[in-house]
Amino acid sequence: MSANDIKITNLTGQCVPVRGNDIDTDRIIPARFMKVVSFEGLGEAAFYDIRYNSNGKTDHPFNLDVYQDASILLVNKNFGCGSSREHAPQALMRWGIKAVVGESFAEIFSGNCTSLGIPVVEVDSADIGRLMNAAEETPNMNMIIDIESMTLNFGDFEIEARMNSAARNALMTGSWDSTGVLLDSGEEIDAMHESLPY
Amino acid sequence: MGRNLFNKVWDLHRVKTLDSGLDQLFIGLHLIHEVTSPQAFSMIKERRLKVRYPERTYATVDHIVPTLNQSRPFEDELAEKMMLALEENTVSNGISLFDADNENQGIVHIIGPELGLTRPGMTIACGDSHTSTHGAFGSIALGVGTSQIRDILATQTIAVSKPKVRRIQVTGKPGPGVTAKDIILKIISELGVNGGIGYAYEYAGPAIRALSMEERMTICNMSIEGGARVGYVNPDETTFEYLRGRRFAPEGEAFDKAVEYWKRIASDEDAEYDDVYSLDISSLSPMVTWGINPGQAVSIDDNLPRLTDLDEGSADVAAKAYEHMGFQEGSQILGMPVDVVFIGSCTNGRISDLRAAAAVVEGRKLAEGVRGLVVPGSKHVAMQAEREGLPGVFISAGFEWRNAGCSMCLAMNPDKLKGRELCASSSNRNFIGRQGSPEGRTMLMSPQMAAAAAVSGKIVDVRELMGGEK
Ligand code: SF4
Repeated sequence: MSANDIKITNLTGQCVPVRGNDIDTDRIIPARFMKVVSFEGLGEAAFYDIRYNSNGKTDHPFNLDVYQDASILLVNKNFGCGSSREHAPQALMRWGIKAVVGESFAEIFSGNCTSLGIPVVEVDSADIGRLMNAAEETPNMNMIIDIESMTLNFGDFEIEARMNSAARNALMTGSWDSTGVLLDSGEEIDAMHESLPY
Repeated sequence: MGRNLFNKVWDLHRVKTLDSGLDQLFIGLHLIHEVTSPQAFSMIKERRLKVRYPERTYATVDHIVPTLNQSRPFEDELAEKMMLALEENTVSNGISLFDADNENQGIVHIIGPELGLTRPGMTIACGDSHTSTHGAFGSIALGVGTSQIRDILATQTIAVSKPKVRRIQVTGKPGPGVTAKDIILKIISELGVNGGIGYAYEYAGPAIRALSMEERMTICNMSIEGGARVGYVNPDETTFEYLRGRRFAPEGEAFDKAVEYWKRIASDEDAEYDDVYSLDISSLSPMVTWGINPGQAVSIDDNLPRLTDLDEGSADVAAKAYEHMGFQEGSQILGMPVDVVFIGSCTNGRISDLRAAAAVVEGRKLAEGVRGLVVPGSKHVAMQAEREGLPGVFISAGFEWRNAGCSMCLAMNPDKLKGRELCASSSNRNFIGRQGSPEGRTMLMSPQMAAAAAVSGKIVDVRELMGGEK
């Protein structure tokens, strides 16, 4: 039983900016949509309560025609804080997101992204501001995320990016789908199970 | 230099460091609930894997269970479907389940400790961010996502990066009416909701030592609200006494032997930390949140911050918070009228919380127009409360007394705010929409402060209701 073995070293796609600090997992997917036994269909529920209000659809970027083909989500600070629900990255992924670029991320959220093969890329606050402006001005422009060289190319910008090094390695070596990798240590696991004082 | 508990326990459970640089960490105790586990079971089934050590996983139901009528099938078909999935998955994999009709059922972070499943020196994981609660016992307790639940079921391990450790040194004696909830709200308001990213928090110092286990759990519970995935307190006599005689705790000689281990893994006197933060709580007042994240909190006697006094990032979020809450910068929080009061959750749904709230409510009535809900955190909490006559106190004041569950903490069951209702809540999250209405508003506070709001119909300083005169 091995992991997916899909190596993720670079990614190209259009960007969708979702502005705001501290966007929590209840915003990304409200709890009522978690009453499901599978993740299918969650894409529709992504950002639901900010995409829809009593008057119908809002002008949230996920509703705008120009961003329907976007696959790279641009965000600000502390994105994904709150609950551990994997429903959050699952909903984004099923909407079409393949990578997230932002100033900073909550830990459980970024771990969850990694285990789905979604790179979580950090850039400086000034840079994310520039990227967001550019994505708003030219929505159909492609961004290239190069995970090997840790650079982002977007129109005129070439920006240095950062990633958690373990997450980056896991993506580049195709070991982000962790079960297989973990199972390789079967004997050590059994030994620890026996030896722990509880 | 000595070592801290976190590093000792981590090293003891590290199977190896993986090529990616992540550590492979053995999870000694795995807790699951109905919401985040079904997909994990599907994943292992798809891959034809089996649950490696079913005896290390325990399941309960808490998030979606109705707290009014728990008879099956549940009225909500989706909730019923999730229950069936959990029953199926636990039975077919040989995992213990505390079902809605089992006397051990309750919120996962309440039952682990009260059953003695949660003990010092363990690694504990659960598909729920408030798993940090269990750190109160001196364990490393982590919230995980569904893919990691799959990994734990299949391998009893996860791939995880090791955080740094920040010691939060708390000194001073709290005044009357000031609780563990106020201490943690203060810490988060000082360090920020993302101040703990990349850290485990060790809560230490005389003020923490002086707390009961239940109070320590309240503090560790909200670590994640400050961005720290793990929060813990070193085990001591208070911990050992709490655990003695609990259903799943070791007995007799085995208990004494366990205590030896528990003492050994506590942080050494001269332990090293990556960072230290100190807080004196001598002059702390009850805290309430006014915004849309748990860091937006003030002392009850302070005014709401002015946007111009905040740095750029927090001013943005504060502006959004004022817009959502309908509050004015610079105004008082005292006197704000409330519509709903919720007392419960894994933060403050234990027996000591219900006692404290009941002491405020006793001899008073729910203010007119206010809806009050008291939801015990577990069946054992409910039973103990009944022995002490607490439901009577709440019911005769006009509160609804419910069955155990998460209830209006996240509103996945029928308990929800309506429209723009403002709720004084003893739970842990005030995110927009958290309590079931996208326009609903939440103010977090201690259970006694929530009780005081309930009987006053507005935010008041609970200290003014204390001291006998009613
Ligand atoms: S009480 Fe609230 S925070 Fe605690 S486990 Fe339940 S939903 Fe999560």
